[in-house]
Amino acid sequence: MRPFTYQRAGSVAEAVKAVGSRDDAMFLAGGTNLLDLMKLQIETPAHIVDIQDTGLDKIEKTKDGGLRIGALVSNTALSADERVRKDYPVLTRAIQAGASGQLRNKATTGGNLLQRTRCSYFYDTNMACNKRDPGSGCAALQGYSRQLAVIGSSDKCIATYPGDMAVGMRVLDAVVETMKADGSTRSIALADFHRLPGDHPEQDNVLETGELITAVWLPKPPGGRHFYHKVRDRASYAFALVSVAAVIQDDGSGRVAFGGVAPKPWRVEAADAALGQGAKAVIARAFADARPTEENRFKIALAERALAGVLAEARNA
Amino acid sequence: MKFEAPAGSNLFDRSQIVGKSTPRIDGPLKTTGQAPYAYERHDMANQAYGWVVGSAIAKGLIASMDVSDAQSAPGVIAIVSAPDTKPVGKGIANNAPLFGGPEIAHYHQAIACVVAETFEQARYAASLIRTTYDRSQGAFDLAKVAPDAPLAKGDDSKSTLGDFDAAFAAAPVKLDARYTTPDESHAMMEPHATIAAWEGDKLTLLTSNQMVAWAKQSMGKILGIDPANVRIDSPFIGGGFGGKLFIRADAVMAALAAKKAGRPVKIALQRPLIANNTTHRHATIQHIRIGAEKDGKITAISHENWSGNQNGKNGEDATLQTPKLYAGANRLTANYVATLDLPEGNAMRAPGEAVGHLALEVAMDELAEKLGMDPVELRIVNEPKMVPGSPEKKFSDRNLVRCLREGAERFGWSRRSKTPGSMRDGRWLIGMGVAAGYRAGPTEASGAHVKLDADGRITVETDMTDIGTGSYTIIAQTAAETMGVSLDQVKVELGDSRYPKSSGSGGQWGAASSTAGVYAACVNLRRAIGEKLGFDADAATFEDGSIRSGNRSYKLTEAGALSADGEMTYGDFKDDYDVGTYAGHFVEVGVDAYTGVTRIRRMLSVCDAGRILNPLSARSQVIGAMVMSAGAALMEELAVDPRFGFFVNHDLAGYEVPVHADIPTQDVVFLDTLDDIVTPMKAKGVGELGICGPGSAIANAIYNATGIRIRDYPLTLEKYLSEMPAVA
Ligand SMILES: Cc1cc2nc3c(=O)[nH]c(=O)nc-3n(C[C@H](O)[C@H](O)[C@H](O)COP(=O)(O)OP(=O)(O)OC[C@H]3O[C@@H](n4cnc5c(N)ncnc54)[C@H](O)[C@@H]3O)c2cc1C
Ligand code: SF4
Repeated sequence: MRPFTYQRAGSVAEAVKAVGSRDDAMFLAGGTNLLDLMKLQIETPAHIVDIQDTGLDKIEKTKDGGLRIGALVSNTALSADERVRKDYPVLTRAIQAGASGQLRNKATTGGNLLQRTRCSYFYDTNMACNKRDPGSGCAALQGYSRQLAVIGSSDKCIATYPGDMAVGMRVLDAVVETMKADGSTRSIALADFHRLPGDHPEQDNVLETGELITAVWLPKPPGGRHFYHKVRDRASYAFALVSVAAVIQDDGSGRVAFGGVAPKPWRVEAADAALGQGAKAVIARAFADARPTEENRFKIALAERALAGVLAEARNA
Repeated sequence: MKFEAPAGSNLFDRSQIVGKSTPRIDGPLKTTGQAPYAYERHDMANQAYGWVVGSAIAKGLIASMDVSDAQSAPGVIAIVSAPDTKPVGKGIANNAPLFGGPEIAHYHQAIACVVAETFEQARYAASLIRTTYDRSQGAFDLAKVAPDAPLAKGDDSKSTLGDFDAAFAAAPVKLDARYTTPDESHAMMEPHATIAAWEGDKLTLLTSNQMVAWAKQSMGKILGIDPANVRIDSPFIGGGFGGKLFIRADAVMAALAAKKAGRPVKIALQRPLIANNTTHRHATIQHIRIGAEKDGKITAISHENWSGNQNGKNGEDATLQTPKLYAGANRLTANYVATLDLPEGNAMRAPGEAVGHLALEVAMDELAEKLGMDPVELRIVNEPKMVPGSPEKKFSDRNLVRCLREGAERFGWSRRSKTPGSMRDGRWLIGMGVAAGYRAGPTEASGAHVKLDADGRITVETDMTDIGTGSYTIIAQTAAETMGVSLDQVKVELGDSRYPKSSGSGGQWGAASSTAGVYAACVNLRRAIGEKLGFDADAATFEDGSIRSGNRSYKLTEAGALSADGEMTYGDFKDDYDVGTYAGHFVEVGVDAYTGVTRIRRMLSVCDAGRILNPLSARSQVIGAMVMSAGAALMEELAVDPRFGFFVNHDLAGYEVPVHADIPTQDVVFLDTLDDIVTPMKAKGVGELGICGPGSAIANAIYNATGIRIRDYPLTLEKYLSEMPAVA
């Protein structure tokens, strides 16, 4: 771990200024991802700005009947919130399918969106990795890629976004609210928040230097039945091979997003429209451009079968 | 004391303490955080922190190493580097040298150690070392090199009986299948850790090691010093599973670094280094052929096994159980080891047998299917009278049939549908599987020193280790029983090389051997007391802190302070027997009809291991081993990247072991058997029996649930998803 200085910001304005005024500073929220990566010298900030005192830990009702979730709301608090459990159960289920109780107590809403990939080569600093060390190559492309992306990847990087919460948020059409270093704010649809790697896998998302996530907005409740089905090698404490987040209405229409398959929560609106025709039709559209490796080709069939299970449950409800 | 004939009736047949479920006496120390694990010991002043740097390549040479930035980083006290150190010697079972010289034998082999005032300083400075390498080609792909691999130890590694080829060709029912098991990591909770300190030419290692006497000898060889100058202290061990049988880089680097730094140095191998730097269980390729009559009687059985290792030595012999389990006149077993440049393979819990069962016990299930026979019955039909692979030998005490029958009864085996894929619970396809288990019940010479103090309290000292198994408790039980005192009158001191040499913990020999050694020492102490007070100790009864001899009686305290050494050794009579432990394992699984995910629903193991010294801790051993076997069956795999020659998923996020949510109701039953060939205690170990079989029962249950047979472990869903019935 590289030595660093530490600052505890008392306000959002102070935090964005502190990080935005230099190029080697990072925000610290729950620390469950950042500190691990710093110990391995994968992240090497020289200055840390702790945002826990910035007051971003509330969940509020919005004017249009949705929710505004502060960036520091913990995964535990968010998944347990009564409004979330009642109106957005897909989110509760997605969060509770992730990590462990202890981690969810520390993990924050903002930090969870920004967690980095779990690609094994990203974690081993002896290996070539364009995401960690731009231009060094991608050891995973011809290597151990069972967990990695089948779609949305490039020949520079095939990593996945590994999280669960964001997959639930994606079917809810969530919007990310941020503040930039200059104090200006913007709203970014979650659909546009994570980047596909293209030629720059080192950029996971569209945030600018010093830009802070202040909240995530959920539109008014979508109704319907909510599902989060996570397929993994062990029953808990494992990242998804494939996960399916779905909101299914009584008439069989709905929305579906997939986790564990792409560099971002994977949702294709044209595939949503095929939900009435069953899992095969949805997958054909959602994964039309898939470019899996030999090791992870199974994820497409798995996604189809997992979705079929969800649709069967929806029918039997 | 030499055990030279089968044990007759003795005091353990009337035991009050041995054989009773007893909470571990070291439990309070552990639950209150006071058990001194190696890295957390504060009884050594002035400790500095060491950080080990691992090689970035798997094979080749270090071309250059620049430590100047690291040397001048804050807090740095000393740096030990491989190019500046001549290769250390090899200790017991070190195939690759643990450190020194420019040559790289495997990925993450130690190449440097930075010592600093704080842990963080050492870690940071280590990142400033710049190393360049000349890479060379290596052999990293077992499947590629296996066909040309030689027999492990020449002709000793192939054994034949009768004429396998002819009998197999003539058999009306045949099974011929290949199985593979992957490399596995011990993944114990406590990393390899050592604090080393020098006083002149005397070296003390506060460490975590299963085999104290081996460690002492090895350290002498490795450093080229007199082993008499090495002290090992390893009183508490946070799991080993064979990964801590031998000296590894933590101890070597701590010793070298402490010498250079001129003060004690502590090192814990960082988790991401452990998989590649230390040892692992080798992958295997196994070929099994069985020929049987229509009634299920086996006429021909062959088990061939391939694994690979550094220098082509010490592979994983998966054939070990095959000459023991089932009858059959015509037999072949052969064990081949290829040379690989992957990290060093070595013993992991039930080396050989754990993965041998994963193949053999599935092969038996496949054979039962071909015969249209119940797999429990098939095993019973082939119960041998003499040891099948060495027909001149008898079994010391074998109750496998009882294990299977009682297990079937308790588990509700009769509710299993013979037709695969025909039991269902909602979206879950349900299946049941069975496997037999065999693991040898060896004994090793073991000694102890026992003291009686003036207050009638007993202290036992031995270099035996407790790797979480419960050695402290069974040793206390043995001493209490033999000396006739209550358990709380006994203190047990373990793991220090200044104490008499014991069996150590490994190969499932620790419980049986170490307690026998303590018994031997206690018998000598009883004799010393008898001599002092004037009675024949061997004819006396020691009970409740008193001694009865004829019509006289004494208080133990009358003897005053006394002590005795003792060691149990074993006579040749044992060579006429095979001493083994046996189990019947039963598992029920659910396989998600949609996703193919397998979840275990119930597990039962019925075990036959002679007297169970402490049923409570023995049960813990067996359920832990069942969990490990479930991991091997369903998820554990060190993924090899054959381009770079390393295990890619080298941390606990990438190398998945079962979590609580994976493990349902586990039931363990011990038969009340006694084995009078093993030791006077008539007890055998169970620590490895529980990992011999459950994984195969899982595989067989998956087959019963789905009709799909997977022969490549772990049984992850991508291997059979395409064969699962279609879903709408
Ligand atoms: C063993 C393990 C298992 C896990 N399993 C799962 C799983 O199954 N599913 C899953 O979804 N997740 C899983 N996680 C990931 C976990 O959910 C994330 O680590 C956590 O959500 C990150 O949140 P944090 O608040 O701790 O972020 P931090 O570690 O504090 O920060 C992460 C990153 O976000 C930046 N950051 C934080 N907050 C903000 C903000 N408001 N604005 C801008 N930048 C910010 C930081 O600078 C840093 O780069 C697992 C983690 C571990 C360690
Ligand atoms: S897939 Fe991406 S994260 Fe993984 S090694 Fe390649 S570039 Fe790095």
